[in-house]
Amino acid sequence: MSFEQTLARLEQIASSLDRDDLPLEEALRLFEEGIAKLREANAALGEAEGTVQRLIEDAAGVLKLEEEA
Amino acid sequence: MFDAPGSSPEQAFGVGELTTLVKQALEGGFPPLWVKGEVSGFKRHTNGHWYFSLKDASGQLPCVVWARDTRRIPAPPDEGMAVFARGQLTVYPAQGKLQFMVDALDAEGEGLWKKAFDALKATLDAEGLTDPARKRRLPRFPRTVAVITSLDGAARRDIEAVIRRRHPGVDLVLIGAVVQGEGAPASLVAALDRLASWGGADVAIIGRGGGSREDLWCFNDESVARAIAACPIPIISAVGHEIDVTIADLVADLRAATPSVAAEHAVPILAEVQEQLRRLGGRLADALEDRVVTERRALHTQRERFTLRATRMVERRRARVQQVAGRLDALSPVATLTRGFAVARDAEGRTLTTRSAFAVGATFDLLVQDGRVRARTESTHDDAPHLPSRA
Repeated sequence: MSFEQTLARLEQIASSLDRDDLPLEEALRLFEEGIAKLREANAALGEAEGTVQRLIEDAAGVLKLEEEA
Repeated sequence: MFDAPGSSPEQAFGVGELTTLVKQALEGGFPPLWVKGEVSGFKRHTNGHWYFSLKDASGQLPCVVWARDTRRIPAPPDEGMAVFARGQLTVYPAQGKLQFMVDALDAEGEGLWKKAFDALKATLDAEGLTDPARKRRLPRFPRTVAVITSLDGAARRDIEAVIRRRHPGVDLVLIGAVVQGEGAPASLVAALDRLASWGGADVAIIGRGGGSREDLWCFNDESVARAIAACPIPIISAVGHEIDVTIADLVADLRAATPSVAAEHAVPILAEVQEQLRRLGGRLADALEDRVVTERRALHTQRERFTLRATRMVERRRARVQQVAGRLDALSPVATLTRGFAVARDAEGRTLTTRSAFAVGATFDLLVQDGRVRARTESTHDDAPHLPSRA
């Protein structure tokens, strides 16, 4: 699931939880899912410093990434 | 001087010899220069060269643009168009003809650039490549942003700085390209091809910093426009400054006024995303807390109702039991016995209720309120003067 999808799912869960007609068991299940998704999203954001690389084509025409000095 | 070349039939020039001399004299006497006039009799030869004349009220100058030089001219001129041409004055010896070899040509005002731009735009419009409905939405949270530009350009540094400031975690992949001059379109197309076949970027920025119209012209190239339109990855174009609109801008998924603005469109601000996540977490927790409070209240209400109902039920049962107990009490022989009556039973426990049940001399039991009395029948009689009436 992409970050965007995770965020969309979180919005959806939050909206569902705001409804009172949701069975309690379903509400608890959604809450747990929401917490897991939040953790996932935070972990994705907390990843290490982004890299800067160059995409180059070698003599054989193969594409490869090279660290940018 | 009598034997100077051309001074006598004996010293006559050969034609080629003379025209070559004239050519040399002309080229030596006129450095490359600009001429203005109206275009007349424009012809594009199959070998790619252009031929036309420049005219004004009093003169006419035959012109040629060699095929390799036409590539630097955005579009062929229209008939009658007022143009400026830069070139070298010479003689075409084979025809003994004055000829102006043009290597740069532009019309007054927006001129040929605008003509070329409008012509390509019309073509792409007709094919639907500039249709706003074709534009793809950019990913809101890209992990990898590709940048197609000159590796030593200002645009690359601007984009890198803005992206790092907004979101340090995003990966940048630079795809170097020539962004001005004759080789630029082919280089940009090659970079776009590389971007497409690598496929690792979520979004790409293509562009360069500000420059002259000629410098930016590669972004008005048809092959570049088609490569952008065909690229499977969403593309942000960022060419020059706010006022510079190129064909690349029209076919890209988003046009950014400058490379820095493109970088802002490409990635979100990390702190804002984190704040959004915090708010979502808060909403989840609040919703659950509200729910727990609601459920607890409901549970409490249920318990109250249940207790009330149970209490009432027990009371009703107790009342009924008492009522039944009272009736049982009234019917019980024990109660009758307390009132002074006795029940006679034989040895088998059968109640003796008629005179005939008593055999003279036989023993029987009399049940009284506090026990049993063994008795014997003396005699039986049919009178019962003291028996109370049943009514």
